[in-house]
Amino acid sequence: MNNSDFLRQMPGDSRSMGNQRSISQRLRIDIPLLILLLILSGVGLAVLYSASDGSMAAVLRQGRFLSVAFVVMILVAQLHPEQLQRWAPFAYIGVLLLLLAVDFVGVGAKGAQRWLGVGGFRFQPSELAKLVLPMAVAWYLSIHPLPPGFRHTLISLLLIFLPTILIVMQPDLGTSILIATSGIFVLFLSGISWTFIASCMGLLALMAYPMWEFVLHDYQRQRILTLLNPELDKLGAGWNIIQSKTAIGSGGFEGKGWMLGTQSHLDFLPESHTDFIIAVLAEEFGLRGVLLLLLLYGLIISRGLWIASQAKHCFGRLLGGSIILTFFVYVFVNMGMVSGLLPVVGVPLPLVSQGGTSLVSLLVGFGVLMGICADERLVHQ
Amino acid sequence: MTRRQQLKNTFHERRVYRHRVTVSILILLTMTTIVVARYSQLQISDYDIYKTQSDRNRIQLLPIAPKRGLIFDRNGMLLAENIPSYTLTVVKERVQSLDDTLAIINEIIPLSDDDIEQFRKRLSRRRPYEAVPLKFRVSDEDIAKLAVNRHRVPGVEIDAQLVRHYPEGELFAHMLGYVGRIGEREVDVIDPVNYSGTHYIGKIGLEKYYEELLHGTVGYQNVESNAHGRILRVLERHDPLPGGDIKLNVDAYVQRVAYDALEGQRGAIVAMDPHTGGVIAMVSAPGYDTNLFVNGISSTDYNALQNDPDLPLYNRTLQGQYPPASTIKPIWGLAGLHYGVITPTTRIYDPGWFSLPDDSRRYRDWKRGGHGSSINLEDAVVESCDVYFYELAYKLGIDRLHNFGIRFGLGNATGIDNTNERSGLMPSREWKEQSRGGHWYPGETINVGIGQGFMLATPLQLAVATSVIASRGELRAPRLLASVGDVPVVAPLMGKMEDVSSANWDAITRSMEQVVNSARGTGRGLKAGLTYRMAAKSGTAQVVGIAAGEKYDSSALHARNRDHALFIAFAPADDPKIAVAVVIENGEHGGSVAGPAARKVIDAYLLGKPKDSVPETENSQDAVAALAGAENHE
Repeated sequence: MNNSDFLRQMPGDSRSMGNQRSISQRLRIDIPLLILLLILSGVGLAVLYSASDGSMAAVLRQGRFLSVAFVVMILVAQLHPEQLQRWAPFAYIGVLLLLLAVDFVGVGAKGAQRWLGVGGFRFQPSELAKLVLPMAVAWYLSIHPLPPGFRHTLISLLLIFLPTILIVMQPDLGTSILIATSGIFVLFLSGISWTFIASCMGLLALMAYPMWEFVLHDYQRQRILTLLNPELDKLGAGWNIIQSKTAIGSGGFEGKGWMLGTQSHLDFLPESHTDFIIAVLAEEFGLRGVLLLLLLYGLIISRGLWIASQAKHCFGRLLGGSIILTFFVYVFVNMGMVSGLLPVVGVPLPLVSQGGTSLVSLLVGFGVLMGICADERLVHQ
Repeated sequence: MTRRQQLKNTFHERRVYRHRVTVSILILLTMTTIVVARYSQLQISDYDIYKTQSDRNRIQLLPIAPKRGLIFDRNGMLLAENIPSYTLTVVKERVQSLDDTLAIINEIIPLSDDDIEQFRKRLSRRRPYEAVPLKFRVSDEDIAKLAVNRHRVPGVEIDAQLVRHYPEGELFAHMLGYVGRIGEREVDVIDPVNYSGTHYIGKIGLEKYYEELLHGTVGYQNVESNAHGRILRVLERHDPLPGGDIKLNVDAYVQRVAYDALEGQRGAIVAMDPHTGGVIAMVSAPGYDTNLFVNGISSTDYNALQNDPDLPLYNRTLQGQYPPASTIKPIWGLAGLHYGVITPTTRIYDPGWFSLPDDSRRYRDWKRGGHGSSINLEDAVVESCDVYFYELAYKLGIDRLHNFGIRFGLGNATGIDNTNERSGLMPSREWKEQSRGGHWYPGETINVGIGQGFMLATPLQLAVATSVIASRGELRAPRLLASVGDVPVVAPLMGKMEDVSSANWDAITRSMEQVVNSARGTGRGLKAGLTYRMAAKSGTAQVVGIAAGEKYDSSALHARNRDHALFIAFAPADDPKIAVAVVIENGEHGGSVAGPAARKVIDAYLLGKPKDSVPETENSQDAVAALAGAENHE
């Protein structure tokens, strides 16, 4: 029965899946999703090799991060959704305390306090919040009947608001928006009324001006102004956007060829290893490469949404859906900001940009997702 | 809540969830479409814009300065060259410890505190991979010392640059002028493209006059550079077209002789070929070292030159305007013959003064008591009789004097290929009315008769006028430039006096020969040992006022008020090859002070270098230099 259900969803994969099912079952991992993630990581390493001017050291370093992250993913996949649900409220409180600690005793970098030093090891509690916040909201909503009423919706919003505001104060607007979004996705998937959604959007529109005036920092306002007209500040804040647009545009449809991108190799493109790595890909592989990358992301998101919707318990469904939708938001925000559609908010391109922390938190998310999937199959058997 | 309700709710929850996922997928697809549209816009629609932008980022056009043309004298001796100037530079990013490196360099090549201070200032403005100058004009010896110690100071390099050099700076100072760093004034006039790689430009003299010729055409290279401006590779190179090498009519040896003849004096000598207009020598004394100006003269040096009472910066050959005094007499004599006012046999009585009819004012002769009762034209030229020319001028009138004078190039700039030439003054009624706003008085004509009064001429104009006499009427614009590469340059003929009979030319040439040959001649002192026929005329100009623009030291006023000594000559008289004009400020006696200088110059040109005094050297340039040295010892 399970087999036929699976066949209906993923035609053509039945034979291979049939062979590997026992292994995946034992490891509680989803093989198609794992393969897609590995392909994406491979693409990321290839682009990183070029972005770092052929530095094998940079690739090996990122490779080590990837290995660690994939191991962590498989470990996380061993957790059952029920366990996560149980831990959710405690994890939430713990993260809140850590975020408070960051605001008071955190370590600064580039004018923002985002790090917490623990015995010579630094980490960002906001990375934890990326997973813990949707977990907490999903936990809260799943212990009450769905769709949530007005009261539960408001309490959920409060759960979202507390960590968000603490991260805004660091200040890290980009991350806070992404974290808030992941919580809102849980609310949205839980089926809150459209009327409520519409009123919230209206309220947001009304709050836009006070937000601009009182909440945003000067540099954040500058980023938005620069986005609207990069020529305003050609050598300063506008430089990044002008150079990344030039890199993308000059790639054309076919691209300049791997390792042949002039914008990145001649150092015109800033942050080419990290947030702006999509510009390197676009310059060297052209629109063809961009479309193939989007296809890869599309497959990952499709598979992720399918896994989430298979979850038996609503906690797993809500959390899994939120994780995968947030993953899409990362892709969208990164590609949008590098191409000048959105302000530059410092969001890496998932699994392609260099950097260990975001990699681990992303794959932890996928581990949770796979755990939900494995749980579902066990239930079916 | 019963289990039934729970199950029902679960079913309902699943339905809502599926619905919400469907909505999410629609939103995702919309957002993905926006991203795809954005990337298509950048990569397809606006591809050309960004492709150009990306190329403009990385490709830069760098100018390559052309090599400036060389200047040679008529015998191929180098007068202006480009020599490598060595600069000690430091590339910061290749230096481990800047302080240690500086200390090591200081052991090898002593650095002044100023050098180090300036270096640190420059260092702070440059990028770490750029070579920052530490010390300019490093000697060959220091370079050799540094080369031995090079392993101790990585990142320290020697940068060679071509810089203009004048081997005979002082000797040709006014003629060649000099180049200097392009200044604000020039920036507005030069072609910004052609000068994009050039740092130096002709400021004065020949260097300025033939700037276009000497400069050449800029070359360029397309280079790929990164965002920090570091050049990574050359994509394309177009070599510059070097400036033209030019050869002058000037003979460096004659120039040297002329300059030495003026040693310790203030004055000017101009010698030219009367048949070609080619300038053989043109010196203004004292000179100055033009090399001081090439890399920017220090204010100490400049003030020293500027405040020198001998005015070394002042180009007397082209800018000094002196009364021609008695050197004008042969021309007025010729005018008298030409207009039929006198004949060679016309005689006058000279009581030592002349006065106009109905006027009691006496115009005195330089010789008290006069030259006697029976003075003809030849006598008047030979003895420089003033009264004869007072009377002649009176008879000719200013109009005829003016018209005749300008045919000898007086009163107009000669048009020499050099800068800042002044035009002298050949007065006329018209000129008087326009500039002084008054009538021309007959008495003023009398002064013109002896080359005084309003009359002014530059030494070059005197040489040109002498050339016209020597060539029997050919007025040519004097030319310094003989050829560009192998293409000869011909001095333009400005006028030819075919209406003057050869008998008259003969008469005036004969009288000028007698200035040297006659026992009564003012140039008789030059006769001894003369191996060719020489025609000449001396002059002694009263210093009534100083030419405009000059300032004299008041404490030396007395000495500076003495008469100027002038002398014109051409030789051989029967086949003129050289015409010379000499002016020695406050020299007092034309014949005995300026005359010998003219003789030396003519000897040098016609007889060549004294053979026995030429030491055997391999290099002809050295020979000239050595010879010049030998001359000094005599």
